Amino acid sequence: MLDLAKYSSIGAALKDAVERFANETCLIEADREREKDRLTYAEFGRRAFPLARAMQDAGFSAADRASIIMTNQSKWLVSAYAIFCAGGVLVPLDYKLTPTEHWQLLQHSEAKVLITEYPIWRQLAASSSRASTTNLQIVLVTEAPPNADLAGAHRWEEFRNEKAAPTFVTRERKDLACIVYSSGTGGRPKGCMMTHENYLEQCVALTSLYPFWPGVRYLSILPTNHAIDFMVGFFGPFTCAACVVHLRTLRPEFVREAFTKYKITYVSLVPLVLKNLQKGLQSKFDELPAGKRKVFDRLVALNKAFTKPHPRLWLSRRLLRQVHAAFGGELRAIIVGGAFTEPQTLQFFYDLGIPVANGYGLTEAGTAITVNDLKPFRADTVGKPLPGMEVKIVHPAPDGVGEVWVHSKTVMSGYLNDPELTAETIVDGWLRTGDLGQFDAQGHLHLSGRKKNMIVTEEGKNIYPEDIESVFESLPVKEFCVFAANYVWPRRSMVGEQLILAIHLDNNQQLTDELKNEISQRNSRLLNYKRIHGILLFSEDFPRTASLKIKRNDLAARLAQLDRDHAILPL
Amino acid sequence: MPMLENTTQEVLSLAEKHFNLAPGSLSPNDDFFKKLGIDSLQTLELLSRLENHFNIELPDYEVQGVSDFKTLAERIQSRL
Repeated sequence: MLDLAKYSSIGAALKDAVERFANETCLIEADREREKDRLTYAEFGRRAFPLARAMQDAGFSAADRASIIMTNQSKWLVSAYAIFCAGGVLVPLDYKLTPTEHWQLLQHSEAKVLITEYPIWRQLAASSSRASTTNLQIVLVTEAPPNADLAGAHRWEEFRNEKAAPTFVTRERKDLACIVYSSGTGGRPKGCMMTHENYLEQCVALTSLYPFWPGVRYLSILPTNHAIDFMVGFFGPFTCAACVVHLRTLRPEFVREAFTKYKITYVSLVPLVLKNLQKGLQSKFDELPAGKRKVFDRLVALNKAFTKPHPRLWLSRRLLRQVHAAFGGELRAIIVGGAFTEPQTLQFFYDLGIPVANGYGLTEAGTAITVNDLKPFRADTVGKPLPGMEVKIVHPAPDGVGEVWVHSKTVMSGYLNDPELTAETIVDGWLRTGDLGQFDAQGHLHLSGRKKNMIVTEEGKNIYPEDIESVFESLPVKEFCVFAANYVWPRRSMVGEQLILAIHLDNNQQLTDELKNEISQRNSRLLNYKRIHGILLFSEDFPRTASLKIKRNDLAARLAQLDRDHAILPL
Repeated sequence: MPMLENTTQEVLSLAEKHFNLAPGSLSPNDDFFKKLGIDSLQTLELLSRLENHFNIELPDYEVQGVSDFKTLAERIQSRL
C-alpha cells in the first residue's frame, strides 16, 4: 500500500502504483459471460501514457479540464490516469444524463477535452441543445464502428503517440483535481471543486477502516463519476495494488455470475439494488421446504449471536455456506451509499454474515463523513465520523436534532463559478450539509431528515426541485413552483421523499382533466426518478423578489400551513 | 424479418406476461415506469426476457433513457 501522506497529487500516487505494482492485475473487464480485457498495472500505464502524450501534443496542458462521460469500463480509468498525468482537471459526468444536461455541464465546466463512448457521442452530436459556446476542442470516442460518422471526434483507440513519453505534470495538494457535479443541471449547476488533498485524505481515512490489498477484487457497479466509485472503485484499490472488475452490463443475472466467477471481495451498491438483492434472497429462503427452513433459521440465529460484537467472516462462511457461495465466497463487505438505507435491510445482510458498510456522505464533503466501523455493527445509525472528520450538530432542537456541519481536509474548496452558493454552504471552514441529525452516547450519528429543498432517491440521485422546473415551463397556469414535500412539511424521515408541483391557477381557472393530462405528459418527459408525485393548489400570488424570482423559502412557509395529507393531489 | 408492428405486439405481450397483466392491457406509447410502477432494475429484468425471446443482445446503452414500449420495440427491431 502506498503511504499517501508522501504524495502531492492523485497523478503522482497513481504513477508510483503503476511502477511499484507493475505485475499485479489492476483491471478486469467483462461483457456478459465474456472477459474482454485484463490488465496489469504496467499494462495500464502503457495504455494511458500514449494517450496523455497525444493529448499534450494537441495542446492539453496543466489545469486544463477534460470530461469523461462513459459507462464503467477500463477505458474510463485509463483516460482518467492520462488526464492526471498531463496535470489536467477531471470532470466526470453521469452517463445517464440527457444530451441537454451533458451540454450544459460541458459548457459550465469549460472542458477542453471530452472522452466518451460512441453511442453517447452520437446522441450528443445530434442533440439540438448542443451548446455553441463550449471550450471543447478535442472529442475522443471509444468503440466506434468502422465506418461510423464521428461528427468531428477522434477514435480513442487511435489517439495515441507511442513515440514519445508524456511529460508528467506535477500538481500540488491544493490544486484542483476534479470538478464533480453533485447535481443541479438546471438553472444552477453545482460543480464541486475537489482538490488533490481532498482525495488523498479521504483515501487514507477510508482504507483505515476498509483496507484493500493485492488480490482484493472490487466489483465496480456504481457509476465511476460518482464520488463513491471513484474512491473505492479506482483510487483506493489502485493505491493498494488491488484489482477492479468492470461489467459492461448491469443485468442482474450477469452481476450474480460475476460474484462467483471473479471471487469479489467488495462491492458498492445503492440502497435500491441492495433492497432488490434482499427481496431475491428472501424469496429463495421462503421457498425452502419447512424442515430445511427451520435448520436455516437456526443457523442464521447462531451466526447472529456469534457476530454480535464484530464480524467473524470465517465462521459465517462455514455456517451459511450456500449463501456465501452465491456471492463467490470471498465477499468481505457490501458498501452501500448514495442514499439512506433502511436499517432492516442492513440487518438482514449482517445476520447472514455479510457486513454492510453503511455510512453517510456527500460529494461536497469528499464522499464519506461517517461510516459504520462494525465494532459492533449498528443498523440503526450511519456510523461514526471517519478519522480526520470533525462533525458537529448546529442549532439543535430540544430533542437534540440539528443541522450536521463538517470540517475536514476532505471538504471541497467550493462550487465552480458560484461564490454566492459557496459562501452559503461553507461557513468559517465548516460545510453545512443541510441534513438533520444527532449523535448518540456511543458517538454514532443518526440522520433524521433534511433542512434543504431536495430529495435523494433510493438510486442515489440528488434531485433539486428547481432543476426540473424547466419541463413545466409555459404550463397554462398563473405560476408554479416545485418543492420537496419534506422541505415544506419537515418530517423526521430519510425515506419516502416526494416532489410536488405547487400551482397557482389563473382567476376563474379550474384544475381540469386537460390540465392534469398536460402536467402528466410533461412529467413523463422527465427521467423516472425525477418525476413529481403530486399537485398542490395554492390560491394566492407567490411571494417574489424585486427581480421577480420566487421566494422559495417564504412560499414553502406559506404552503406549510396547508394540511399535507389533504393538500397534495396525487398525479 | 418481422415488421415493427409485430415486434411491438410481441414486446407488449411479453411485458404483460412478465408483469402478470391481462392481455391487451398495455399499449405501444405507454410509459413503462409510470404504467407499471417499476424501477430501473425491474426494467433490466424485462430486457433479459426480451433478449431471450428475440435471441438478440441489447447493450445497456441502447435502452438508456427509453421509457416507452414503442421505442423499445424499435431498438429491438434494429437488431433483428
